[in-house]
Amino acid sequence: MKSPKLTYVRTRSVAQTLELLSKHGDGANILAGGQSLMPTLNMRLSKPDLLIDINQLDELSGITVEGDMVRIGALSRHAAVLGSQIVAERLPMIAEAMPHVAHVAVRNRGTIGGSIALADPAAELPACVVALDATITVESVRGQRNIAAADFFKGLFETERQPDELLTEIRIPCQKPGTVHAFMELSRRQGDFAIAGVACAADIDGEIVTDAKLVYFASEDRPTLALNAAAAIVGRPWSEQSRSSAMAALSDDLDPMDNLQGSSAFKLHLQRVLSGRVLDQAIDRARAQ
Amino acid sequence: MMELSLSVNSETVVAKVEPRTTLADFLREKQRLTGIHLGCEHGVCGACTILVDGEPARSCIIYAVSCDGADIQTIEGSNSDPVITALQEAFTAHHGLQCGYCTPAMLFTARDIVTRLPEADAERVRLELAGNICRCTGYAGIVRAIMAVLEDRRATLE
Repeated sequence: MKSPKLTYVRTRSVAQTLELLSKHGDGANILAGGQSLMPTLNMRLSKPDLLIDINQLDELSGITVEGDMVRIGALSRHAAVLGSQIVAERLPMIAEAMPHVAHVAVRNRGTIGGSIALADPAAELPACVVALDATITVESVRGQRNIAAADFFKGLFETERQPDELLTEIRIPCQKPGTVHAFMELSRRQGDFAIAGVACAADIDGEIVTDAKLVYFASEDRPTLALNAAAAIVGRPWSEQSRSSAMAALSDDLDPMDNLQGSSAFKLHLQRVLSGRVLDQAIDRARAQ
Repeated sequence: MMELSLSVNSETVVAKVEPRTTLADFLREKQRLTGIHLGCEHGVCGACTILVDGEPARSCIIYAVSCDGADIQTIEGSNSDPVITALQEAFTAHHGLQCGYCTPAMLFTARDIVTRLPEADAERVRLELAGNICRCTGYAGIVRAIMAVLEDRRATLE
């Protein structure tokens, strides 16, 4: 349970970081909060040639409002995002998801960029950024790319980020009037890996659901937008019938992976239960607006 | 080996460490601060929790080299920390420890709860404690001890 021998560099600028990534590519790992990376190193599940510590790069953290978007620097700690007034007011889904991200000691170190770049299928933030149509910025010596969150997650711990690219920031559209956010997760213990979870952004006009984005996590290999479940409820008032239709349609959207947390059938059942609950929550919030 | 300079329990420490050395191993083996306990060494059990720059952190999943310039507080350096001493007394009074292995880290998490969440109730205390495992399962006493300190502090403020 000790890391392998490794070479370590603490970088002083983004430019220096990009040069190192360009040179070492796949052989290098970025050390941000390290709260997922270090366990894998301690367990010898990975052995990078070079560890590039970016914790001194203050320009990569910070949460600001830019027009109708919130910009979150990749190195912003989970604790900073959780405590941010900007996030609480403009991105209520993220604020609601954050307490589920591990425990306080981990949130004090772990970063939003690290969570998104890692793409753990049980992680909360990848699902939120897909549900919120966020844009993820990566940089390399070749230039900068802005990638839609929906295109970013490619599979189990796989993303569109290339080995020479550094994730630098996330831009998330602010919640619009008429849109409600809700986030739910099931785990055995607060802060543990999710067994099932859903991030929901719904447009509700009176009692009619006019649009619904339901993004499920912890069951597929990546955050998964449920188009069939959404189609089953959009254009109708939320009712017991809508609930049954959405739960039935979900088996066309999800094919959960078995893992230590449960079987495929068990997870599909839980995701169905969460679907009903999260939409109840969304409707309640729309009524309260 | 890389040179490292940091404050440990209010004293400056300068040392050379291998990059792969965790903060926990550095503090236990080179500084003899064995009140830091290692359970799982992958950030799950919480037994290695200490204060890094005043905030609880898992010392088993932080490299010592990345703590250059940091301010570290371990249980050995907490005798003049009034919140920790109040918690220690409450843990004693309310039977908040059995084998004691999880206790130093429980105290740091408890310190975070009483300072960050002064209005917390027992249910919230349990939620916040979820990141620290007590394998004696002595949570009832731990929660009572933390609640006692919270209530004392609220009474003092009134």
